Amino acid sequence: MKKTAIQIKEIDHVATATAELLPSETVLVTGIGNGMPLQVEERIPRGHKIALRDIAANEQICKYGEVIGVALAAIKAGHWVHVHNCRGAKGRRFDANPNENGGGYDEV
Amino acid sequence: MKFKGYRRTDGSIGIRNHILVIPTVSCVNRVALDIATKTGAVTFMHPYGCTFDAVENTTTEDTFIGHGCHPNVGAVLVLSLGCETASAVRITDAIKATGKPVEMLVVQKQGGARATRDTGIETVERLRQQTPSEPQDDGDVSELIIALECGSSDAFSGLTANPAVGEAADVLVGAGGTVVLSEITEMVGAERVLWRRGKNDQIKQDLMKLIKEYEIELSMTTQDDSGVFISPGNIEGGLTTIEEKSLGCIYKAGTQPIVQIVKYGERPTEKGVVIMDTPGFDIASVTGKVAGGAHMVLFTTGKGTPTGSCIAPVLKISSNNETYRAMEDDIDLSAGDVLEGTKSLKQVGDEIVELVMQVANGKQGKSEYFNIQEFAIPNVSVVRKEVIHQKLAEQNDFRFQPS
Repeated sequence: MKKTAIQIKEIDHVATATAELLPSETVLVTGIGNGMPLQVEERIPRGHKIALRDIAANEQICKYGEVIGVALAAIKAGHWVHVHNCRGAKGRRFDANPNENGGGYDEV
Repeated sequence: MKFKGYRRTDGSIGIRNHILVIPTVSCVNRVALDIATKTGAVTFMHPYGCTFDAVENTTTEDTFIGHGCHPNVGAVLVLSLGCETASAVRITDAIKATGKPVEMLVVQKQGGARATRDTGIETVERLRQQTPSEPQDDGDVSELIIALECGSSDAFSGLTANPAVGEAADVLVGAGGTVVLSEITEMVGAERVLWRRGKNDQIKQDLMKLIKEYEIELSMTTQDDSGVFISPGNIEGGLTTIEEKSLGCIYKAGTQPIVQIVKYGERPTEKGVVIMDTPGFDIASVTGKVAGGAHMVLFTTGKGTPTGSCIAPVLKISSNNETYRAMEDDIDLSAGDVLEGTKSLKQVGDEIVELVMQVANGKQGKSEYFNIQEFAIPNVSVVRKEVIHQKLAEQNDFRFQPS
């Protein structure tokens, strides 16, 4: 059986791996992804997120059609998205942007 | 959707007919345990009942009262030590006002633990005779309050179990019922979605203010301002930020409008989707919603947990089939087939609704095998830090601004 990763909403940058993904494998993006094949570029543990497309540094990362954090560096499609390259803006004492919607995020 | 229940004198309908022993202070926990063990009455063990923080004392009393007044409770024995700050008289009187049988015993006046136990056993037997033995009254799903909870979440909770419960919530609310979502900490990051869900501007504003208060609290919990508010287990499981966790959590409440926000342990007066102000600690959150009249709890879990409530069935729905198989004793239903592609969210949602109606009709939830269960009240005196709140809000006003 082919390995799958679930994409929830069209605008999402990430899908959730339902099994451990290994480099050079192809994963099928299910859910809204309709089974689109995606090349895996690095090991991604089960339950973790794979980038569906290239994400620029400082770009907002979406899952569930909403912002879950900001990219700390550029992330290429097929790579692992987690705490090492995605940072939340919520609940920070000193660096949240007061003037933007949703407490530091732009409207998506 | 109908069920057979127990109509109470205050008009509410219960799905269980428990005799509840309330120890009003931790000092008499063992006496309550002894009585419950020997009679089949239900009770809970707790460390509360004596505090010099007025707000905390009131919250403690109100949570006990909420349990005593609960429709799943047919009669109550209030068990007091005699010198505690929680008022056994206030608790007894408030429960008595609903019209249900209630008696009070004071250990310091009854001759000690063992004498009180003996009198308590007789009292429970007498109370039991005053309640119906069979559920004979017709109830409708529109009279039910269903609490929504999650605990020990994993990366699949937000993809399977939570949205499946959301499907069930839509069916229950569509039939006139009420669902209660809580744990405001796990709404931080999901403001935009919740804002759209508010029935009117007042509810939208109140909810954003409440979430902001919890966000400020969260911001003070990290020494280094790291912004990490999810557990090591969450991160290992694949959750990256509180935003991601929250967005997955709120799926439990389906898609219908939010009609009311209630305080900790307060009973909703509106029907539909209700939000209760509770912290993110699942046991305190379940306790608050049960005190607020929830007949049962739909509890989603990634890794599995046995926790329950002594008066309300707490039904576990696992996010994956591995956890279901590993803890079948504790988990009532698995949403794991969604992950494996063999069932849709809607199908699992319908199974959850069917389970809710079966349990309303008396089917035992898996946590209900034992008559003494978990209980926790949030430490409100620690939560109240208005001065710090104010100062932080002034220097860093990250209030939610709707577009």
